[in-house]
Amino acid sequence: MRFRFDGTEYEGREGETLAAALVRNGVVGGFTSIYLGRPRGVYTADEQEPNALVQVGAEPLLRATLVELEDGLEAMPLAGKGLLVTAPEARRHDARYVHCDVLVVGGGRAGCEAARAASGRVILLEQGPSCELESGEGLQVLTRTVALGLYEGNYVLAAERGRRAWHVRAKRIVLATGALERPELFEDNDRPGVMLAGAVERYRVDGMRAVSGGWSPRVHLWSQAGGRLRWDDRIGAPVPDGELRAVECTGRLTGEGLPEAPPFRLPDGDETTMFVDLERDATVADLRRALGAGLRSVEHVKRYTTVGTGSDQGKTANVNAIRVVAELLGVDPGELGTTTFRPPYLPVSFSLLAGRNRGALFDPARETPIHRWHVQHGAVFENVGQWKRPRYYPLEGERMDAAVLRECAAAREGVAMMDASTLGKIDVQGPDAVTFLNRLYTNAYDSLAVGMCRYGVMCRPDGMVFDDGVVMRVGEERYVCTTTTGNAAPVLNWMEEWLQTEWPELRVWLTSVTEQWATVAVAGPGSRELLQGLTAIPLDRESFPFMGIREGEVAGLPARVCRISFSGELAFEVNVDGRRGLELWEAIQAAGDVTPYGTEAMHVLRAEKAYPIVGQDTDGTVTPQDLGLDWIVSKVKPDFMGKRSFARLDTARPDRKQLVGLLPLDPDALLPEGAQLVDDPDAPPPVPMVGHVTSSYRSAALGRTFALALVKGGRERIGEVVHAPLASPPVAAEIVPMVLYDPENARRDGRPL
Amino acid sequence: MLLVPCPWCGERDETEFSYGAEAEVAYPADPSALTDAEWGAWVFFRANPKGPLKERWVHVQGCRRWFGVVRDTATNEFVR
Repeated sequence: MRFRFDGTEYEGREGETLAAALVRNGVVGGFTSIYLGRPRGVYTADEQEPNALVQVGAEPLLRATLVELEDGLEAMPLAGKGLLVTAPEARRHDARYVHCDVLVVGGGRAGCEAARAASGRVILLEQGPSCELESGEGLQVLTRTVALGLYEGNYVLAAERGRRAWHVRAKRIVLATGALERPELFEDNDRPGVMLAGAVERYRVDGMRAVSGGWSPRVHLWSQAGGRLRWDDRIGAPVPDGELRAVECTGRLTGEGLPEAPPFRLPDGDETTMFVDLERDATVADLRRALGAGLRSVEHVKRYTTVGTGSDQGKTANVNAIRVVAELLGVDPGELGTTTFRPPYLPVSFSLLAGRNRGALFDPARETPIHRWHVQHGAVFENVGQWKRPRYYPLEGERMDAAVLRECAAAREGVAMMDASTLGKIDVQGPDAVTFLNRLYTNAYDSLAVGMCRYGVMCRPDGMVFDDGVVMRVGEERYVCTTTTGNAAPVLNWMEEWLQTEWPELRVWLTSVTEQWATVAVAGPGSRELLQGLTAIPLDRESFPFMGIREGEVAGLPARVCRISFSGELAFEVNVDGRRGLELWEAIQAAGDVTPYGTEAMHVLRAEKAYPIVGQDTDGTVTPQDLGLDWIVSKVKPDFMGKRSFARLDTARPDRKQLVGLLPLDPDALLPEGAQLVDDPDAPPPVPMVGHVTSSYRSAALGRTFALALVKGGRERIGEVVHAPLASPPVAAEIVPMVLYDPENARRDGRPL
Repeated sequence: MLLVPCPWCGERDETEFSYGAEAEVAYPADPSALTDAEWGAWVFFRANPKGPLKERWVHVQGCRRWFGVVRDTATNEFVR
């Protein structure tokens, strides 16, 4: 077979590595060092190679000693670093998850012996291409498979041919990882032609200078597992020490069978060409300089000299570095310890770790039953958690700003509709349901009648707002709680936690019904007329009060209709069987001139009414009182989640950040969300910050920009001006009461029929 | 990755669970009777020993049940 290296064609043989073929073809050198630009050649015959780094195709920083030849292979030498590929990885990577009784790492003599002796389901990992044992009854042998890391719970991550990740849980792990040969230190020890003795033997090559500084056990996985190390003077390297519950070491890893290393002595000569770390171009002189600078710990010396920080992680360098440092300091090497061994043992591509969890499979996308309609009508989507929600529906050539103003105007002046199916819905049932809700929400539910709903806020015990939503009482002992879209799972988990751990005596059962219901919000002064055409449920003011619930048919579908409003306008939320959401949506669309609106218009409409969005206007440091929601915090209930914290010194102080409205002095200026606010932009730094902008929009109803902000003591500062000096250009804004639109709530009842 | 012993499902990967901090720290019977310091201690402080710790976990991606275990925070071994 033929292959190319650095533009030259060579002849290769089946089963050879690229490094072996280069050496056999007489290529002495061919590589360049990273910083000093010194010529380098293949130095080892295994994974510790510091010099012979190549790029093959798009993949950079491969070790030529591990690249198996294929006909037509093209490799380019890299001087210690490669360029990350920007194109997506085209190859598929896979993953296997397995459990076994015994996992043996290393398929040499000791590893094979251990595998033969083991019983139960046994897996053996061998990084080389062959192993004397073959898979059979109870034994699985994986060659070309390197163990990258050993983690808690006897969990080993391994890479097979760099293409398949193995996640192995073993009851017992036997490490038979063997040992690595060390370089010898002398002047110009990096020159092409100098090669580890073991590699010279493996390549069967003449004319090389074979060097050996002894052998160091591959203690990496043992150390990752939490195993202790002990300096073995006989071999001049650290070996595993002590015991671990489920991990044991065997063979040359323990130091047994390794040749005795001669006492270490620093050779004479020019220390600036005595290389300790070939991949990092770090020398004995560098180590001496580090000690001269006062460094003593090997971890500090590592960071100062970069010894051991290359992509080979110092496999040829680290033990020699310890020996040199010990010699220069005149201490026992065992006193110095080692640097920390961290996974991965060998470089691994992110695409291998990602496996098939890429692109569309990276994270599930949740779509409502009405999704197809949104796509067909040109909706621009935004991600809310895993949900895809229409953000706005631009007309031909329409920009976002214009679309949102148009959608808002429709909701305020005509009829608009929104897909609200993503709101979390939790079915709460049981004789103690009301007690349960009373403890979790800040307001009381005893007085909530069947067929009515109520807005509620939940706090954590620290008194900070956690979520909000509407609680519907749909039966004597049955409620449906809605949550914010992104908080559906956390709220259900929160409820379960209290029910199971603190209040197991409560007879309450919780079920997520988010996807079982499709919800369409119909809002605007014309919504009553429009919807009345689709249902026999009387929608007039007297029969169907604000916060009422009615059950019946809408567009021929069994429906639960709530008169709730997140816009301040007359509005109805129609809930039907999740599978029939699209039918409902299309029926309402067909019933008249209805403008679909997305989450952006929803945000503007609710902000004009100062309805906070948890997670946007709050950040886990905001109480209901800070949001101006005192009215929803019960003064009567003896206790509920967060109540005691409202009386804490910090929570009760008057200069807390409070939600207020902001009107930029220039009605066209839009405050950036997140902008920090100050009183005097010309004050010398540090300028005290008095708050920050949480929501900021252009309003069709107000004919200008506006914002919501959390401002220290804000409610006492109405009429004052604050500045956002870092906005470009800077914006000055007046603090105003937070409800900017229809503060009398005159519009929520709409026109009489 | 830890192998967490769920009393209902057996040992499962840690990624299926959520952690619930120290166990057996009961919600105070009458929070209004506590001083700020006492209430603050319940809200904000939990034991963080080096060694065995009674703690709560929930098999949130499994049976969704809360349970208590004793974990040695130094070795990460489940003692019970």
